[in-house]
Amino acid sequence: MANITKEEIRKPENLVYKKTDLLTDKALSYCPGCGHGTAHRIVMEVLEEMDIQDKTIGIAPVGCSVLAYEFMNIDMQQAAHGRAPALATAVKRLHPDKFVFTYQGDGDLAAIGTAETIHACNRGENIVIIFINNGIYGMTGGQMAPTTLPGMKSSTSPYGRDVQTMGNPLKITELIAQLPGTIFVTRQAVHTPAHVRKTKKAIRKAFENQKLNKGLSFVEIVSNCNSGWKMTPLKSNEWMVDNMFPFYPLGDIKVNE
Amino acid sequence: MAKVVGDIVIDIEKCKGCSVCIPACPQDVIALSKNVNGKGYNYAESINDECTGCTNCAIVCPDGVITVYRKKVE
Repeated sequence: MANITKEEIRKPENLVYKKTDLLTDKALSYCPGCGHGTAHRIVMEVLEEMDIQDKTIGIAPVGCSVLAYEFMNIDMQQAAHGRAPALATAVKRLHPDKFVFTYQGDGDLAAIGTAETIHACNRGENIVIIFINNGIYGMTGGQMAPTTLPGMKSSTSPYGRDVQTMGNPLKITELIAQLPGTIFVTRQAVHTPAHVRKTKKAIRKAFENQKLNKGLSFVEIVSNCNSGWKMTPLKSNEWMVDNMFPFYPLGDIKVNE
Repeated sequence: MAKVVGDIVIDIEKCKGCSVCIPACPQDVIALSKNVNGKGYNYAESINDECTGCTNCAIVCPDGVITVYRKKVE
């Protein structure tokens, strides 16, 4: 490096990236390496870039991200377990000029809230659903979720999920892509910089769709749960690439213009 | 020739030492410290001057603890 000191580089005019002010200064309650933190941040960055933070109402779920309203510095509501799409429907219908999104995990969206999710998607409510899928109930101690992969170990399937007795994993994103109410259904990830950028673009597109009153946009983010999977953060990301992505392939599933 | 130099500032008290930023850095600037922060995590730290300010580490950091600066030098 040329003879330039770090103090000369660390000046406000040279700033290229800092955490958005739409995230509060509270330390995130998530485990080290959890994709929730990255997902929170890119949602807030999209709101900031679109300059709609004052007109946005977020719906927090139940699960690890139940405290999302503590971290997202916008108007938030907390829904009963799984009922975030129902609450979002109400908020959007009462405030059609506001941007409304739900932020849900797989235990919330694909298990207890399946009915609300499917009906909100089928009605084509003009909201954005952000769905974090880590294939496990992370908050309660790593129990098997509907999205747990065949053969995947969890605290309630210690020998691996046996589809004969425990049923098949639920690909809820493919399921709701069949519904006429959804306009944009995609599956992304946030474990590498390239994936973060792509996911951010997808979330941006989802909010743009809402701006144009096009219908329901659904963004699934396949994430890790290193505590629930009993791995280090980097190992869990590798495991996710090797095991989750073949079953939950990334990419746009439905794009209606 | 104009060269780009960068620098990162890590909020070590908020860093959880997950090390997701380490493989994200194309210049191998980041490593985990031998020291721990108030929470007991080995925090990430910058170990050399190769940073180009590409922001890869910052956008992949789950806790958003990395601030990135970039400057062009003639």
